[in-house]
Amino acid sequence: MGEPLLDAVLSILIIVGQILLIVVPLLLAVAYLTYAERKVIGAMQLRQGPMTVGPFGLLQPLADGAKLFLKETVIPATSNKVVFILAPMITFTLAMIGWAVIPMGAGLVISDINVGVLYLLAVSSLGVYGIIMAGWASNSRYAFLGALRSSAQMISYEISIGLIIVSVLICAGSLNLSTIVEAQRGLWYFIPHFPMFMLFLASILAETNRHPFDLPEDEATLVTGYNVEYSSMAFALFFLGEYANMILMSAIASILFLGGWLPPFDIAPLNWVPGPIWFILKICLVLFVFIWARATLPRYRYDQLMRLGWKVFLPLSLVWVVLTSGFLVAFDLLPN
Amino acid sequence: MTALDRAARTFLWQELVQGFALTLRYMFKKKVTINYPYEKGPLSPRFRGEHVLRRYPNGEERCIACKLCEAVCPAQCIVIESEPRADGSRRTTRYDIDMTKCIYCGFCEEACPVDAIVLGPNFEFATETREELFYNKARLLANGDRWEREIAANLAADAPYR
Repeated sequence: MGEPLLDAVLSILIIVGQILLIVVPLLLAVAYLTYAERKVIGAMQLRQGPMTVGPFGLLQPLADGAKLFLKETVIPATSNKVVFILAPMITFTLAMIGWAVIPMGAGLVISDINVGVLYLLAVSSLGVYGIIMAGWASNSRYAFLGALRSSAQMISYEISIGLIIVSVLICAGSLNLSTIVEAQRGLWYFIPHFPMFMLFLASILAETNRHPFDLPEDEATLVTGYNVEYSSMAFALFFLGEYANMILMSAIASILFLGGWLPPFDIAPLNWVPGPIWFILKICLVLFVFIWARATLPRYRYDQLMRLGWKVFLPLSLVWVVLTSGFLVAFDLLPN
Repeated sequence: MTALDRAARTFLWQELVQGFALTLRYMFKKKVTINYPYEKGPLSPRFRGEHVLRRYPNGEERCIACKLCEAVCPAQCIVIESEPRADGSRRTTRYDIDMTKCIYCGFCEEACPVDAIVLGPNFEFATETREELFYNKARLLANGDRWEREIAANLAADAPYR
């Protein structure tokens, strides 16, 4: 009698364990991503970055977290309270659930579904909801303008991201992320698809509202954008969500273009290193590009941003899809 | 040809690549930060910080209550009252400086005929209340005792230029 119930409880416990195994390191990674960002940008500006809390300031993220945790939660009197509180939760949750389909290594994935790429696109599109809800529920002009910019920008760049991904999918012949990685054995896609790789990097900068496309958080014109009314843990959830999204996008970039968990060359010392380590190294590389761009580039103007998305990225990625499929058909290289 | 050149530069992202290379180079340069509470920058001997009232080596206070500093002070932050002492010499009974008014111009130091009031090298005298910044004679003399060594060295170092 008790057998099926026990099995069900056991399988749920295993899933919860797997989720914790992803989420806890992810939150730690987010904390230290903020630290890395401050250190790297500091170094590029000839500064030291945080130095006081702990050796080399290594405990700074914990101090920041404790500070945010102890702050008072302010809910504006004119806001729509339910939506106001719901918005950061949605942002945070959506940044987390994308990780369900990310393969860390061969077979190391919570849910190995066949439409992994579509799932990721869906999740990142839903991310707009958290932002637009926050901007609308705050009942504040700056927050609303920030939310409008953010959603317009994310929707525009999702289209070019989608088309860029299509070129990769045509080559891999699958929507399953593990299969896409395995298809890159021997030749990572960033070599044949180099222009698309660069466009993808720029697009994920826009998709995660990062420099130089961080118009939703334009301090000079919008104070800080959609999260201007948020404080304490609600703000922390937005912050965690934004950085977790950066890591998620870096993971997607390394899966699609940098061969996921595969070593650079399949030779002796390199393939002794376990796959997840390679995967994490590649994510770190892409994240470094994120931070590097922030230290280097000035912010785009809004019309420039839209022009770049619709008049440059979209046609280029369309042309590339046609070129790729034409090449594959002409030389009879289509994967079945 | 210039059009082709420009197009090539645009499509190869020349400016972006240059910018990214620059920031990457800067990342490995030496940092210019001084880790302030733990490291401090150099101070000139002429540095004008917190005021002190000095004493002679025998312990006698230098100030003779001539009130030249009070007169020259552009911010009018010095208040002096004086009386003849029992031994007949004129001394201050009151010497107050309102540190919140002071503009650290150093005129009091320049006016002083006996090098009694000096702006010392200390600039870390922040307080939690405003009242703590209304310095009286006792406080200024205590400052003098505390910073005498540094001030004497600074005055000696600056003497050749006066």
